[in-house]
Amino acid sequence: MPQYAALVYEPGDPDWSVIDSAEKEEIMGEYGAFGATARAVIRGGAALYPATTATNVQVKGGKGGEVVTTDGPFAETKEVLTGFYLMECADLDEVIGWAAQIPAAWYNRVEIRPVIDLGDPAS
Amino acid sequence: MTQPAENNPGRAALDRLVRDEWPRVLASLVRSTGSFQLAEDAVQDTVVRALDLWSNEGVPPEPRAWLIVAARRRAVDLLRREGKRTDKERASIDLLDRGDEPIPETEELGDDVLRLLFTCCHPTLAVETQTALALRSLCGLTTAEVARALLMSEAAMAKRLVRARQKIAVAGIPFRVPGPKELPQRLQGVLSTIYLLFNEGYHATAGEHPLRHQLTSESIRLAALVDEVLPGEVAVIGLRSLLYLQDARSTARLDAEGELVGLPDQDRSLWDLREIRAGMSLLGVALHHPSEFPHPYVAQAAIAACHDIAPTWEATNWAAIVSWYDALVAVADTPVVRLNRAIAIGELEGPSAGLAELERIEHLTSYPPFVTARAELLARAGRDAEARAEFRAAIELPGNDATKRELVRRLAESVESNPRTSADPDGT
Repeated sequence: MPQYAALVYEPGDPDWSVIDSAEKEEIMGEYGAFGATARAVIRGGAALYPATTATNVQVKGGKGGEVVTTDGPFAETKEVLTGFYLMECADLDEVIGWAAQIPAAWYNRVEIRPVIDLGDPAS
Repeated sequence: MTQPAENNPGRAALDRLVRDEWPRVLASLVRSTGSFQLAEDAVQDTVVRALDLWSNEGVPPEPRAWLIVAARRRAVDLLRREGKRTDKERASIDLLDRGDEPIPETEELGDDVLRLLFTCCHPTLAVETQTALALRSLCGLTTAEVARALLMSEAAMAKRLVRARQKIAVAGIPFRVPGPKELPQRLQGVLSTIYLLFNEGYHATAGEHPLRHQLTSESIRLAALVDEVLPGEVAVIGLRSLLYLQDARSTARLDAEGELVGLPDQDRSLWDLREIRAGMSLLGVALHHPSEFPHPYVAQAAIAACHDIAPTWEATNWAAIVSWYDALVAVADTPVVRLNRAIAIGELEGPSAGLAELERIEHLTSYPPFVTARAELLARAGRDAEARAEFRAAIELPGNDATKRELVRRLAESVESNPRTSADPDGT
């Protein structure tokens, strides 16, 4: 069965490591409920710290060159990637049905991308 | 199916035969190979071979079965040649190669066509992609013909179609008929794609030619195909009726110089009686479906019918048209519907009543037909200076060349303060 990445995009740059409002608590509860309902199709996933904690790595001059790191996102963006799920579903219709239950889809968007089957990437 | 066939009537008949079989043969191959791209390639090659062979040796007794069997063989050849294949495709080679998959019955093929239709018109594909796929996969036009019909370069169209098939394959757009819960909405999507194709041909939004007949006739064929594979759906019957009743007037919409002729001035003897009859009889069937409110396509078809049976613009039954617009507003309240209702009210009760209705519509002030309608109503109400300003505004808005020339003519006429009657050029 094909696998899909459901990429969760949110406006602003929320910090989901700190639950400091009733609203965040409610949304966290919704994510928990989604995880439980979709347990059968979820193969992995993670919530990410804010983009302000991001580090970009580039190797100048290509492979073997100088490692250059920069802080944070490249530029101010309206929305950021705040997490993702890896799901295994029969087809696009099924994964759309699941993605529609991810809270970010209710107030922003979730992008579904089919995953290329390359075997085990670690091997 | 690619070459013009004026000098070879046998070839023209063959082209038609092959094109009629195309959607069924392709749909059957998509199901048995599980691959949209492979099926397209195999059917395309087979059709080229069939046209060549049949024009020399004659058509075999069962052309459809011949095409399906030959296309399956071709698919196996293509898979072997490519070497690289997925497990799923390997499995389909084994199945096809054994040659024991029976030739599907007509009914099964209808189901395959229905699946193909819902795949091509899947809501996760861009609307422009849906129309291109519909013309290529369901109408059997070549990529070059689709590109011409949709005013794109062949290279750009080829790229769009390849990307579409890639998305269908890797994103897993299903090859199946939606379940009963989703069906009405998904069918609505299919029908609006067909209607979009028709409108693109009927009111070409760009380019030199205001009418593109190939698109209108293909959309009529497509609607008939949907009706054949999904019979008894009032939305489908309503749309078919609407397409016939509008298309019936298409010849009269252009004069000898290629200028657009509005409905009030059309030579009604040019209207196609066969299409009017076909549309009326479908409308009769659609109106017999019990429902509290008419389907929007049925209401639009009824309005088109009122125009088609009117002996002249003046003798049109505007009261009936206004009441169908009222019904349409109840089921599909859009600014465009309200615009056309206002135009009909302008005919029934006079230009001031029409203008009053226009005043109540929002969000359309830069929509060319809205500006044109206001200009016409102002001219009829004798408010010449305002009318001229509106005509000038309409000319500045985007539109095809013939529409612009018509507006320039109307502006010139309004300078002469001509109190001619007005209105919606198409009556729907």
